[in-house]
Amino acid sequence: MMIMKGRALRATATAAMLAVFGAPVMADELFYVSGAVGNAVENFKTLVKPWEEATGHTVTLVPMPASTTDQFGQYRLWLAAGATDIDLYQTDVIWAPQLAEHFVDLTEAAKDLAPQHFPSIIESQTVNGKLVALPIFTDAPALYYRKDLLEKHGKTPPKTWAELAETAKFIQDAERAEGKADLWGFVWQGNAYEGLTCNALEWVKSFGGGQIVEPDGSISINNENAAAALEAAKSWVGTISPEGVLAYQEEEARGVWQTGNAVFMRNWPYAYGLGNGDDSAVKGLFGVTTLPVGKEGDTSAATLGGWNVAVSKYSTKQEAAISLAMYLAGPEAQKQRAIAESNLPTIIALYDDADIAAAQPIIPQWKDVFLNAVPRPSAPTLGKYNEVSAKFWSAVHNTLSGNGSAAENLELLEVELTDIKGSAW
Amino acid sequence: MATNDGGLSLSQQRQRAAFWFIAPMLAALFCVAAWPLLRTFWFSFTNTTLSDLYGGEFIGFDNYLSVRVLESGRWIWRGTLVDPAWWNAVWNTVRFAFVSVFFETVLGLIVALVLNAEFKGRGLVRAAILIPWAIPTIVSAKMWAWMLNDQFGIINDIMLNLGLISQKIAWTASTDTAMYAVLMVDIWKTTPFMALLILAGLQMVPRDIYEAARIDGVNPVKVFFKITLPLIRPALMVAIIFRMLDALRIFDLVYVLTPNSAATKTMSVISRENMIDFDKFAYGAAQSTLLFAILAVFVSAYIWLGRVDLSGEGQK
Amino acid sequence: MTAQKLLSTIGFYALVVVIVVFSVFPFYYAIITSFATGTELFKVSYWPATFNLANYESVLGGRNFPRSILNSVFIATLTVTFALFLAVTASYALARVRFRGRGLLLMMILAVSMFPQIAVLAGLFELIRFLGIFNTPWAMILSYTIFTLPFTVWVLTTFMRDLPVEIEEAAIVDGATPWIIITKVFLPLLWPALVTTGLLAFIGAWNEFLFALTFTSSETTRTTPVAIALLSGASQQEIPWGPIMAASVIVTIPLVILVLIFQRKIVAGLTAGGVKG
Repeated sequence: MMIMKGRALRATATAAMLAVFGAPVMADELFYVSGAVGNAVENFKTLVKPWEEATGHTVTLVPMPASTTDQFGQYRLWLAAGATDIDLYQTDVIWAPQLAEHFVDLTEAAKDLAPQHFPSIIESQTVNGKLVALPIFTDAPALYYRKDLLEKHGKTPPKTWAELAETAKFIQDAERAEGKADLWGFVWQGNAYEGLTCNALEWVKSFGGGQIVEPDGSISINNENAAAALEAAKSWVGTISPEGVLAYQEEEARGVWQTGNAVFMRNWPYAYGLGNGDDSAVKGLFGVTTLPVGKEGDTSAATLGGWNVAVSKYSTKQEAAISLAMYLAGPEAQKQRAIAESNLPTIIALYDDADIAAAQPIIPQWKDVFLNAVPRPSAPTLGKYNEVSAKFWSAVHNTLSGNGSAAENLELLEVELTDIKGSAW
Repeated sequence: MATNDGGLSLSQQRQRAAFWFIAPMLAALFCVAAWPLLRTFWFSFTNTTLSDLYGGEFIGFDNYLSVRVLESGRWIWRGTLVDPAWWNAVWNTVRFAFVSVFFETVLGLIVALVLNAEFKGRGLVRAAILIPWAIPTIVSAKMWAWMLNDQFGIINDIMLNLGLISQKIAWTASTDTAMYAVLMVDIWKTTPFMALLILAGLQMVPRDIYEAARIDGVNPVKVFFKITLPLIRPALMVAIIFRMLDALRIFDLVYVLTPNSAATKTMSVISRENMIDFDKFAYGAAQSTLLFAILAVFVSAYIWLGRVDLSGEGQK
Repeated sequence: MTAQKLLSTIGFYALVVVIVVFSVFPFYYAIITSFATGTELFKVSYWPATFNLANYESVLGGRNFPRSILNSVFIATLTVTFALFLAVTASYALARVRFRGRGLLLMMILAVSMFPQIAVLAGLFELIRFLGIFNTPWAMILSYTIFTLPFTVWVLTTFMRDLPVEIEEAAIVDGATPWIIITKVFLPLLWPALVTTGLLAFIGAWNEFLFALTFTSSETTRTTPVAIALLSGASQQEIPWGPIMAASVIVTIPLVILVLIFQRKIVAGLTAGGVKG
């Protein structure tokens, strides 16, 4: 009630002031909603301070739970009801096509800024020629490996998945013989959720099996390479990866890894800083490289993650909101984010920035990983992406847990996807 | 305090008072429930999507069942009623509801009987058993997910130490154990609810009945089945109805613990998935409506079979 | 005979111990976890290894956690008061007064609690925006009646029906109005049921997550389950088990205290004399 009163009071006060003095420059109060992690709220305040000072507007962060599914549900509902309470939304890289019609077209506003970003990311945020959101930082997974264990057993970081399986098995057996019963070769994210779509897309793509639905909208998943990729992954479960990997998300994998119980791990950049924390059993003992490929000559693939900022069509303060979006996607804010929160920038030039390299040496390293990034098929599948992804991860999860062979499940998946697609996506 | 109200008979006067007593409650329920419920009913007969909440058109029963005849003469059935994922969810939910409510009732009865006895430290024990119910579902689901983790979960550790299992089990991952995991957590969490409602019923049973039975030397088991159970039956029946309704609608526990496992996906979970995640809002609304219908059938059958006395006429 | 009695006493206490351990163990484990930080979390331990209060400090010192506890207390208390007030009068009418369509009415009330929460979300959201109470505690208080009210009405109706007719008749003979009968005659007898249903409704409102998340848009109006869900690690993928467990311990303790305060009422029961009238 206090809040209600406070807000009403402020509104009346502002109205009264406007009546008396007139309003040459409106000082708008914006609301920016975003999944909040770590010190997001404090960091956000410092981040937008220069913008607030320059424009006279203020912005408040509305933090949301970190779960992207929860966020997505809420945003969809708020946008569907045309809620005016939120001006800017921080959106996942895969949401653009699904929420496109609720957001303002930023093409015109960002015509100078957009070319500074990686073209693939700008492309992922463009729906039917409309720039739905501006990228603020990006994310791409890599292969974490134990330098000490590889050295001890005279191995090098693997180039292909087969090599990875072999090395992992070798070290796992050798170490277990020495009494480390809990050691596993490779941990990754096998739970039936969006993360499995990411993992499996990497296997399939790096085996030359396409990317589920191609940019032109054709369904490509039912092919031999994709089946071979899934069969390879299935052979890991129970041998070099624990059975429980089928329930792992990022944190479970990191838990095994950080207690020193895994030789390899597939994970996002966040695990790097945490793995080098003081209480980590693997501090200083690991390195990072690009994910393996199917066979010599294939290219490595890392699923493109990352976050963007979009302006709500229902906002009553669009001008200020667009200005904020431009600021957040601009070099100044991205640099600050990179240094303060080790978020990967989307502006190409920042990877050669000396300050960033000094503060976060990992970021320039990640450029290689990032250059191999593949987008999930959210652009061609438009509003049906979530359903497509769910069907895909179910098919993969079934294969991994032994319900049907990869070939059978992919054949079935193709039928289901064709069904969802209908006449057009 | 005049009882004589313009010549109205006593029962007329009481009925008038009853009306005024019920009216505010009905008004409140109407406000909160009627509009959203009717909206969802309506949505289920349209092609509304969440991107366009107000632009849906009436399409009849297509979300439930529709048929298209191909040129080849083949009949293609579409809609929730022929969706195997939906029927899988129905089966999961029903199985879950029966098993969990059964165990919760039995365990709840035991706990309530224990708490109804006089012993030292009863207050503390009573507070202790309420803890599972008091922890927010979101948190307890996460907590159990943590304890059930295959590598660093304490459940596997305990069972390994006790020699109950020979290797670590991936409880929530494996399709064989996922349902057990959900059941276990639900029973742990909601038994206190049952216990407390039954306990309240037990407290209303006059003590001297037990005294009389004890003096007569009647076997305690017999006392329970012949005296206690019939007396607490109304309270028990209501507790079971509400547990059953909750169990058939179960959402958050499954959503946090095993969100995408086909082995545990329930009607509410699949309906949410369609409404929010898959942008098939109307289809999800149809599933919600079906869930409502299934629940209504269950409850009516229960009330009829259990001879729950709705109007209370039987007692007068 | 005494040996048998001793045995049954031991058996009884063993049962009590089993019940307590089964109920409390996960909570105990949460407490242990709440003292752990960093990599320690990923190791199984049965006893608290360290008494590190860092997680509690980070939760309580956090931006708005204490505030969200106050919000939860306010919302849950008002929800329960509101529900009990409406339910006591309504259930008197439903249990003690004969009128047509009583069974149908009870069925309709029950039907309200048959709809999945997620299905009424969109409609409720529209309603709340229409009433202009979005992002205020009233949004939660209003929407929680959808699950507290049917439940309280039903439970209280059953209990009221069980009260003997004689005491009411005696009151009527004395010239008491229905209102007097409810407040002066029935309420004192209904304490156990009132406290129990009130407590269960309180916990229900205290723990609700989906509505609380949907109907608020600022940290200062949020309730504890949402605040706990908002506790996050340094990155999107990291889950801060330590602070989450600390927060759970903090929000559970008020409820335990509540139970301890009201437990006399729960046990109070009915004196045999009162029932016979």
